[in-house]
Amino acid sequence: MEANFNIQILEEPLSLQACYDFVIDEKCGGVNAFVGTVRRWNKDKEVTHLDFEAYIPMAISELSKIATAAKSTFDLEKIAIHHRTGIVKLTEIAVIIVVSSKHRKASFEGCEFIIDELKKHVPIWKKEHLTDGSYWVNARP
Amino acid sequence: MRVICFGIIKDVIGNAEIEVDTKGGMTVADLKAFMYEKFHGLHEYKSFMVSVNQEYATDDLALHSTDEIALIPPVSGG
Repeated sequence: MEANFNIQILEEPLSLQACYDFVIDEKCGGVNAFVGTVRRWNKDKEVTHLDFEAYIPMAISELSKIATAAKSTFDLEKIAIHHRTGIVKLTEIAVIIVVSSKHRKASFEGCEFIIDELKKHVPIWKKEHLTDGSYWVNARP
Repeated sequence: MRVICFGIIKDVIGNAEIEVDTKGGMTVADLKAFMYEKFHGLHEYKSFMVSVNQEYATDDLALHSTDEIALIPPVSGG
């Protein structure tokens, strides 16, 4: 993996500080972070927790492609992407994306691009557990 | 040929992987057709992708017993 990328799929709680520390660079004047957390309400359904499953080697490979595209498109300097597997409770962190760049606009746009692409292509699946059942998100037509 | 399964596909077939007989030759499209034929429950869900050696594969790609093959239902990370 490129030295400027820190991409991990982890079973344990994620650290925003670790991602922030990784992207800090003296060439950069901007850092942008997206943190995805577990919310209680999905429309009118009450969520108790999420359970994430990942095809880890392919997920890391796909995330590396996305990071490579983001780095060149938005002129980013460093990129950290950490994603959870296993059970993630209400308010806990499911995903962190932190990027650094010379100027702020690139960091906003690059961060948004990465989370949007992650949701489209990366082989990670979320089972939503509700007070009255559970289901794989996005599985049914 | 060993095929790895994830998410809803794992739940439908009741296993994290299955063994598929390639019968001397099989493409990605053949594997998809085989899965729908063998596991009718899959018809209730959105169509899945197939990855070969950790890359998304097109329907015409030929599979080999040494390939790492996985069934990829619609993703929902983030």
